[in-house]
Amino acid sequence: MKLVAVTSCPTGIAHTYMAAEALEQAAEAAGHELLVETQGSAGMDPLSPQDIAAARAVIFAADVEVRDRDRFAGKPLVQAGVKQAINNPAELIAQAVDRADTDAAPAPVLVSKVDESAGVGTRLRQWLMTGVSYMIPFVAAGGLLIALAFLFGGAEVASKVNGGTFGGVTYAGVTDLSQLLATAGVPGVLFKIGAVAFSMLVPILAGFIAFGIADRPGLVPGVVGGLLATATGAGFLGGLLAGLLAGGVAYALTRVSLPRALQAVMPVVIIPLVSTAVVGVIMLLVIGSPVAAVQTGLTNWLTGMTGAGAVGLGLLLGAMMAFDMGGPVNKVAYTFAVGTLASGTPSAAMAAVMAAGMVPPLGLALATALRRRLFTDAERKAGEAGWLLGASFITEGAIPFAAADPLRVIPSIMLGSAATGGLTMAVGATSLAPHGGIWVVGLIGKPLLVLLAIAVGMVIAAVSVLAAKSIGRTENPTDPVPTTATPAAA
Amino acid sequence: MPLITEDLVLLDLAAKDRAEVTRALAERLAAAGRVTDVEAFLADVTAREAQMPTGLEGGIGIPHARSAAVAEPSLAFARSADGVDWGAPDGPARLIFLIAAPDGAGGEHMKILAALARRLVHQSFKDALATAADAAAVVKLVTEEVIDR
Repeated sequence: MKLVAVTSCPTGIAHTYMAAEALEQAAEAAGHELLVETQGSAGMDPLSPQDIAAARAVIFAADVEVRDRDRFAGKPLVQAGVKQAINNPAELIAQAVDRADTDAAPAPVLVSKVDESAGVGTRLRQWLMTGVSYMIPFVAAGGLLIALAFLFGGAEVASKVNGGTFGGVTYAGVTDLSQLLATAGVPGVLFKIGAVAFSMLVPILAGFIAFGIADRPGLVPGVVGGLLATATGAGFLGGLLAGLLAGGVAYALTRVSLPRALQAVMPVVIIPLVSTAVVGVIMLLVIGSPVAAVQTGLTNWLTGMTGAGAVGLGLLLGAMMAFDMGGPVNKVAYTFAVGTLASGTPSAAMAAVMAAGMVPPLGLALATALRRRLFTDAERKAGEAGWLLGASFITEGAIPFAAADPLRVIPSIMLGSAATGGLTMAVGATSLAPHGGIWVVGLIGKPLLVLLAIAVGMVIAAVSVLAAKSIGRTENPTDPVPTTATPAAA
Repeated sequence: MPLITEDLVLLDLAAKDRAEVTRALAERLAAAGRVTDVEAFLADVTAREAQMPTGLEGGIGIPHARSAAVAEPSLAFARSADGVDWGAPDGPARLIFLIAAPDGAGGEHMKILAALARRLVHQSFKDALATAADAAAVVKLVTEEVIDR
């Protein structure tokens, strides 16, 4: 097993090195690989980010504060004094191995872990994965809360909270949150919490992509850029752009050399101010209006499509649902379908949109179950949540996959969703509910055929993703994030 | 200047406590011109010892300090037949290493002291020191194990 340790003592002459030597010997005797960073007086020889990432557990044998302990955040940690390491090193090694084994569940940690020496393609993927790995808990928390709300309150809870027509009934929605519990009950509260968690998907994605590129200075412009991507309706693709842009701007600013007097205020004033302003202006003024224009154009086009045949419309709506999962194109398709529902009559477009929107998370969940080796640890976890998210028509469950590898994932899930949308139209299914997925099966016309259409689309999406991922890439991608669960005990 | 010389080795020390042993060793360092001010150096060593005793299991004591009163990185070694309490839980220290580092010592000097500290956890090194016949043997051991490795 690979382990790392830091030893440190007040004087930095004796115990630091004795502890290091004792631990190295004990590790070797037990058949483990241990790298030790001695924070003593003989100069630092720091552990590389790669060493730390590869280590399954960390030992701090220190009587004084370990320097730069952030680097180890989230790793299974054993802490002891230097004397304990000298007197009983084997015990500490055994504890570390034990911690590494028990703390197996991976969770992303707050360190930047992009391999500096990698090529552009690899680094781009690592940046995206950094954002994705921080976003996944938000997808899980928000998605599962919404699914629970549907389970306990029926899917109409979303309309009760947000307003809209559901099953022929029109709800006003809750604008004053103090009335939330009274109007929509406990399920309404769960739904609202979930919806708020979801509203952070894109900001977190963008923020941590930028963090992956530029470390801490990237976070502010990334998060704000992500919020603006949401506000302008640019969706997660806008968020990807915001994150990369923010990371680039922040990184460039940290490289600018300024007079000494200004250097002091760089990290607290100048970098946050300039990077956020630049990213914000671009997101609002440069990205915002084309997005709006595209939405208007697509809406007009869809309205014109109505005469072109139901199956064609279903294919198109399905593909649009999967294209950006909550982004501008998806919104156009969804809004179009909800519009056909407004009269309270069963809608074929709504059935196609809902069924197609369930396909991306389901297809990716299936893909991760079939070929685990093609996915990172973080993606596998997202895949496990994907079953419930997809079944609940929470298309956003697929965003982690699409954000990490857009060029392979998005076309694949568009294929699956288009097939489901077309099939749903072809069999003449309808829906009275604007959302809810499997929970509103009672409001679906021809539910069995819809389920079949979803299953077909799911398999198509899964097979396409697996095929795309097998092209031009070795299996078993390395997770750029050190995946361990225990937060550092300090 | 070598890390240790024969006049820095006390093989049959009769001192009864930490302060006495440390002082005896420090005076040897001063006599060799390695420590410029015994009292100032002892104050620094005592201050370090007060943070946490430097005794280790297995009968080892390693008082040490970085001090402005040190001119050359040095090791003074004492062996005590009866042992002196050095704060270790399993009994008194029989091998005592006083490590003296100059305040502004450069990396090379500190690397030698670091290498010495690393050897101290090796049982074979401790055994050899415990049974060394005379001061010359101790100096030879340290030189071979630490400097020439």
